[in-house]
Amino acid sequence: MSIVLQDVHKAFGSNRVLRGFSLEVHEGETVAIVGQSGTGKSVALKHVVGLLKPDRGEVWVDGVNLGQLTVDQLYEIRRNVGYVFQFAALFDSLTIAENVGLGLKRIPEMTGAAIADRVRECLALVELEGYEDRFPAELSGGQRKRAGLARAIATQPKYLLYDEPTTGLDPVTTTVINRLIMRTREELKVTSVVITHDMGSAYKVADRIGMLYQGVIRFTGTPEEIQGCPDPVVRGFIEGRPELLEGAG
Amino acid sequence: MKTRFLLEPFHVVGSSALDTAAQIGRWGGLGIDTLRALPRVETWGRLLPGQMARIGVDSVPIAIFIATFTGVVMALQASYTFTGAVPLYFVGALVGKTMILELGPVLTGLALSGRVGASIAAELGTMRVTEQIDALETLAYDPAAYLVVPRVLAGVIMFPVVVILATSVGVAAGWITSLYLLDMSTPEFVKGLRIFFLPWDVQFAVIKSLSFGLTVTSIGCFFGFTTQGGAEGVGLSTTRAVVVSSMVILVLDAFWAATLL
Repeated sequence: MSIVLQDVHKAFGSNRVLRGFSLEVHEGETVAIVGQSGTGKSVALKHVVGLLKPDRGEVWVDGVNLGQLTVDQLYEIRRNVGYVFQFAALFDSLTIAENVGLGLKRIPEMTGAAIADRVRECLALVELEGYEDRFPAELSGGQRKRAGLARAIATQPKYLLYDEPTTGLDPVTTTVINRLIMRTREELKVTSVVITHDMGSAYKVADRIGMLYQGVIRFTGTPEEIQGCPDPVVRGFIEGRPELLEGAG
Repeated sequence: MKTRFLLEPFHVVGSSALDTAAQIGRWGGLGIDTLRALPRVETWGRLLPGQMARIGVDSVPIAIFIATFTGVVMALQASYTFTGAVPLYFVGALVGKTMILELGPVLTGLALSGRVGASIAAELGTMRVTEQIDALETLAYDPAAYLVVPRVLAGVIMFPVVVILATSVGVAAGWITSLYLLDMSTPEFVKGLRIFFLPWDVQFAVIKSLSFGLTVTSIGCFFGFTTQGGAEGVGLSTTRAVVVSSMVILVLDAFWAATLL
């Protein structure tokens, strides 16, 4: 089991976001977590990389319980995890090449030339060759997301976490990003978790889909299974029928 | 209903006091994280020169501008006050003593709390709300080592340098004013300058400015790090950083005067 969230609870003040969230992601698998906006999908994802700590419950990555790690041990785990942020979160004072190479500077055996080669390689993978010296502000939304993906894969992580990788993108760019996610999985053999509310993307990229509803995973299954799921909450979400969700409670 | 109305002021004061205590606690927490990050020289070492230039070198023009006009005004007001009562060479004593002990460090500190503190809070606040600080963490960087240590160290190192420079310029401005507007001679001004001068005064100014550098940069980092929301949150953090660091500078000024003089 490579990523396990066990009965995770998380509240912000009186707002109980996660209320017993449990999910297992097997090695080499891509799992999409879907659900309405504001249901805590990103909150769940941030627990996987230790950006948030659960109020209750456990998070295991690579066989290690994150709650029992020192700060330095947590950084070691993070070296194996790439995180693609919803709005890319590129460092706006750094060029694209510097953004992509930043994680590589943490690896002692990487020399300047090796970093430059790896940066070029990653930018080529996301079709951003020639953009090395641009700043994030000079890129479009789709290009920024691709640069964010290049930064996440630069250190060749075992795990990739995508936070709404296609939100706000046009259909063509969405397809490009979906293909990149699938290509990354095939070429790098990574284990991935994709947060999305775009069912089209989820069907394309995921081996399994989990639906988050009211702080817990309501359903998990393959894309085919979720499409045949009789649960009105699941049906209401994937078919875009709010009346089914309201009726379910 | 009436009881609730009467208790409302206590509720407001109480919750405000609790918020302030919590803020101080979080500031202390960031301080501990910063101390823990100090050994990570490989992270902050290469960023330090850039921050020293931004915080120190780039602040020199505003510091010199303020010190120049303060020196001019000090000389003119001293002359206005002393004429007919105290020998005019005391203008040098007043300009020198006041610039070194008080106005050089405090006015520079206050000006830099606006320039440096606001800039740090706005930059880190924007990084917080756009998840850039989270991104740093996912890349296995310690944000305290990458963002806080170089800024705080640069402030501690560069504030005294800027203050010494500004104080020197302020005294020089007072001297030139005395020569050309007050009909004093250079020996007269220097006589006044030397009459009450103690080497300790310079050390006192350095200690003060060092503490101001620590205050402005650490408070700027703290409010930047704890920014919430979007553009409004960044604006709020920036304002708070300037207001709080200005207040702390004035409190520290009184504290050092009470304890070291």
